[in-house]
Formats: sequence, C-alpha cells, structure tokens
Amino acid sequence: MSATLSRSGGPRVGLGNWIIILACGLFFLVPLIVTGIFSLWEGGHSYGVSSYVLLIHSSGFWRSLLLSLQLAIETILLSFVLLVPAMIFVHLKAPKLKPLFEFIATLPFVIPAIALIAGLSTLYTGPNWLIGTPNYLVIPYFFLALPYGYRSIDVGLNTLDVKTLTEAGQSLGAGWGRIIVLILLPNMTAALVGATLLTLTIVMGEFTFASVLLFKTFAVFINDTGQNAVTEAAALSLFSFVLTWIAMLGVIVAGKRQRTRIGAR
Amino acid sequence: MTGVTLTAIRKTYGTRTVLADINMQLDQGELLCLLGPSGCGKTTLLRILAGFETPDSGQVVINGQDVSSLPPNKRRMGMVFQAYSLFPNLTALQNVRFGPRVRGLGTTSEQTKEAQRLLAMVGLAAHVDKFPHQLSGGQQQRVALARALAVQPDILLLDEPLSALDAKVRVQLRSEIRRIQREIGITTVFVTHDQEEALSISDRVAVMNEGHVLQMAAPAAIYRQPADAFVARFIGAGGVLAGRTSGATVRIGEIALPSDAAAAMPSGTEVEMFLRPEHVSLHDAPEGAPAGSVAAEVVDLTFFGSLSRIKLGLTGAPTGDDAGSGEIWADLSSAAAERFVPGTKVWASWPSGAPRVLAR
Ligand SMILES: Nc1ncnc2c1ncn2[C@@H]1O[C@H](COP(=O)(O)OP(=O)(O)OP(=O)(O)O)[C@@H](O)[C@H]1O
Ligand SMILES: [Mg+2]
Repeated sequence: MSATLSRSGGPRVGLGNWIIILACGLFFLVPLIVTGIFSLWEGGHSYGVSSYVLLIHSSGFWRSLLLSLQLAIETILLSFVLLVPAMIFVHLKAPKLKPLFEFIATLPFVIPAIALIAGLSTLYTGPNWLIGTPNYLVIPYFFLALPYGYRSIDVGLNTLDVKTLTEAGQSLGAGWGRIIVLILLPNMTAALVGATLLTLTIVMGEFTFASVLLFKTFAVFINDTGQNAVTEAAALSLFSFVLTWIAMLGVIVAGKRQRTRIGAR
Repeated sequence: MTGVTLTAIRKTYGTRTVLADINMQLDQGELLCLLGPSGCGKTTLLRILAGFETPDSGQVVINGQDVSSLPPNKRRMGMVFQAYSLFPNLTALQNVRFGPRVRGLGTTSEQTKEAQRLLAMVGLAAHVDKFPHQLSGGQQQRVALARALAVQPDILLLDEPLSALDAKVRVQLRSEIRRIQREIGITTVFVTHDQEEALSISDRVAVMNEGHVLQMAAPAAIYRQPADAFVARFIGAGGVLAGRTSGATVRIGEIALPSDAAAAMPSGTEVEMFLRPEHVSLHDAPEGAPAGSVAAEVVDLTFFGSLSRIKLGLTGAPTGDDAGSGEIWADLSSAAAERFVPGTKVWASWPSGAPRVLAR
C-alpha cells in the first residue's frame, strides 16, 4: 500500500537526484560485481563455481565460520545478561547516572584494539577454559559491541513507558524477573534484534584481536585464504558481505514491525 | 473486614514536606476521592497505599494487616494509572489474564473465562483479542480496570484514570467505574483534581492541600458545609466577602448582609462569608424585594447554555486587599438572565441560612 502511495502522491524524484542515486549505486555495485566475476574465474577463459565448491569442502571454512558464530552468540548472550538489567535499573532508579553510562559505552570507539589487548592480557590471567580457548575473545568482543548494544537497547527502552509498565506489572503481582521477561523484553524485540545482528556482524568481521591472539576465526580465515588462493578469498568476501547485508535487512525489518505496534498510537 | 486505615503518614522529599500527618479510615466497599490542586500530594498518598513509595513514618493497615513493609507485588492491590499502561505485546484478554497468571490463580481456562467475564463487564466483550494500539483511549482504560480487578484485590487504586480522555468519554466512564465498583463492593481510592468528578462518584471526598487533608466528608457535606476557607473556595463556585459579624448579619463597611451563621459568633468577629450562586435571587426594585436585600450592580454575565452566571458588585462596598472578592454571583436560567446586562442596578437576596461564614 505504501508503494502505491509513494508512486502517486509521494515526492517526485528529479533527474539530478536520479543521477546521484545511479552514481552511488554504481559505486557500491561495481566492486561487488567485479569481485563476483573474479570469484568465478578458474584461470584462462574458463569460469565456474569451483572456488565455491572448494570452500564448501574445506574444513577450515566451516570450522572458522562455526567458531565465529559461536563467539557471536556468546558475546550476544553476555551483552544481554549484563546490559539489559543494568540499563533497566539505570532507567528507573538512577537516570542521573545515564550520561556516565553513555560515556562508558562510547569508550570502545576511542581505545585502540591493540591497547585493549594489552590491557586484557594483563588483567585476565584467569582460568584456562577462558584464556586458553577462543572464548577469551568474548571479552574484547563484548567491549567492541558495547556501543552498538547499548545504543540499541537504550532506544528500545526510550520507546516504552518503562516506569508505568513496571509498576503495572508489580501491582499485578509480578516480580522483577517476570517484569523483564514477560513485559519489557517482548516490547523491545526490535532493539534486541538490532543489538543481536549488529553484534553478529561485528564479531563475524573482527580480525585484529583474533589474529593477535592467534585464534582462527572467520575473518582470520578469510585473510589467510587471501594469501594463497585469491579467487576463493573473493568468494569469501562476497559471502561475508551478503551475511552482513542480511543482518542489516533484519534490523530494518524488525524495526518496522515493532513500530506498527508501539508507535501506532 | 475493616477497610483501610492510614495512621500518621508523613513523607518528605528533601526539605519539602509532601504529606504531613495523614490519618484516614476507609470503610469496606467505600469509594473515596482524593481531591486537591496539583502538587498537593494525592499521587504520593496513593503510591504509598500501593507500596511504590515508602512513607517516612506512619502505618498502612489493610483489612487488619499492617502492609507498611510489603512490596507492591505482595500487596493485594489493583491499580489503574493515568498514563496508558497496558502491555503493548499482549491482547486485551492476555492483559487481563496477566495478574492471575503470575499469581497462579486458577487454571488457564479458568483465568481465560474470568478475563472474558471482566472484559464483558467493562463493555469490551467484542474486543478481547485486540491489541492495545487497536483500542481507543477510553477502551484502554476499561481494559486497565478489568486487569486491575482480575487479581481480586482488597482495594482498587485509580490515579486520574480519566484525565487523558475527552470530556464525553470521561463522564460516561466515571459513572461506569462507579457502577462496577458498587457491583463488586470493592474499597476504592480515586485520585482526581476534577471536583465535579469527585463530587459525582464518591461516597466520601478527602480535600487535600499542601500535604494535609482539610476535610473528609460526603460530597454534599463538602459542598454545603466546607470546613475551612480553602475548601470553600476550592469546591464549587461562589462569591467571597470579607467583613465583620454584627448580630445576624455580616457587615462590610455600611452594608449588612443577612446570615444566620453570623448570629452564632461574637459580634465583631472578622469573617469570610461564602455565598453559592444558586442561592442568590435578583430583583429589579427594592419594593418587590424581601427585607434585607442589598443593592448591587451587574458587572458581568457569562452564558453557560441553560444557565447564565451573573457577577454583581455590591453598591458602596469598600475596595482593597481586605475586602475578599467583594462580589456576589447569581445563577439564573438564561432566559431570566437576559435582561441583566452589565450596568443594570438590582437588589440581591438570599435565604439567611444559606451563607457559610468562617472566621478569618
Ligand atoms: N520522586 C519525587 N522527588 C521529589 N519530589 C517529588 C517526587 N514525587 C513527587 N514530588 C513532589 O511532591 C509533591 C506532591 O506530588 P504529587 O505527585 O503527590 O502531587 P499530586 O497531588 O498528585 O499532583 P497532580 O495533580 O499534579 O498529579 C509535588 O510538589 C512534587 O513535586
Ligand atoms: Mg498526581
């Protein structure tokens, strides 16, 4: 319905704008298309999907992909478990602390990755299941994703009348756990999906930490592949690009669906 | 079953005393309105009842049990909020079922049946499966009422539940709330700053100002026998005249205003006299007017539809800060009021028992 609306009654797009849109489109698409074609090159004049087949059958691909996915899920869970209750608490009981929290949440932007690693390795000398395994990466990844997770959840909380909903829940007999699980979280699904997918793309694409700490994540695998098998690296880049875009699309769709529910009044 | 008792409730925020020594007793099944100007502490008192705020001192006893130290989710309260408070992710039915569900009252099908019954009671049988955003403001507050009642609370608390609604819906919904409240017989505290709302639905009204309850009585008593000058000014409309008692009159300069109440006070007491507009009659000439009528001049006329309100200035009354409003108001049917254009000289009279006279 909105499509017909914008076709008949929406603002008209002038020729100048079309040229700009076209230029931007080309700017984005040409590298993708060229990368796509290159990933299909099999030497000489022959083209085919052999590099994709090779990838699918390489164990490094699956292992690194699954490792990165696992790390992403762990990071997401850690983010939610730490952020959601803390942010609800600040929202309700200590709104004056909000600027402080915002400041902390933006710190990961300004601290270089190398500095973080140095800091982490002196601070966390703890149990082997943590620092001896790739799980160790979840700690820096949490900080990397913090600004995005914080922003998303903050936006989600701001669209709700958290105080009234919480008090309504309490007056009906619900304790904090049920208020968060049954009332607040279901009404911030867009924010949570957003935080999840942003964290996912960050973790899937993160290279520095994994490389320095010598863990074979997906990004490290792409890099290693690029050293000796260039067409496969192109295929991989395209793959991770598509993954990112699907995640972004998910953020947009989730946001739209939620808005019809909460924003319609 | 003794209803609700509040004993010596005090609450301060910083140096500001928001509630100063509140004592009140509600009977089982009674509807009490807390009425007062903005910032007088109505919401704070209600939130103390609900358990959302802790008083600095004092006791809240409900049905014989001291609940002062119980958190809100352990008290048996139903609460309806001013802001729309339905859970957006749940349908009307699921919203109403929420309380019984978290409290584990009955089986799922019993909960559903009960929720359907309550929604039918508030007139929403046809809307059980709608989400809050598909309901109007009035319908949302109906659901909120059903939801609050679903936990079978000991007392029902409503904080200006109608103030976000337009006038017509407000009037309709308030009488429905009253009907349902009577039907269930639930002890209810209703906060409002709308005096018409308070007077029309309550068993008793507590008029509050600056953290004090000034008067707690039946609506008619509040209106007819305001306990002090604040209540007299706050409730209803009317003229306020400052003077001194002299026999069965209140004297303002040379003018003597008839009042039985003045006779009960020592002569010369400084008083304020409150006169309701419905008690005042107007006459064209002193000849037809009853004894004790006073000369006045029409200052202003406001048309209200079937009624018109005429403001009168007393002829020869002293002016100045000390003279009260110096005005008398009279409500007449609009047809009868037509000829009293501003500037008209008239004689005003009232039954001598009508004015309320309070020492200053
Ligand atoms: N959490 C708080 N911190 C500080 N002051 C508060 C707080 N809550 C209320 N107050 C103050 O207490 C006073 C009484 O507030 P309350 O909300 O009870 O008034 P009210 O009678 O409900 O007014 P209204 O009709 O505007 O809702 C106000 O002056 C308000 O500013
Ligand atoms: Mg209030």
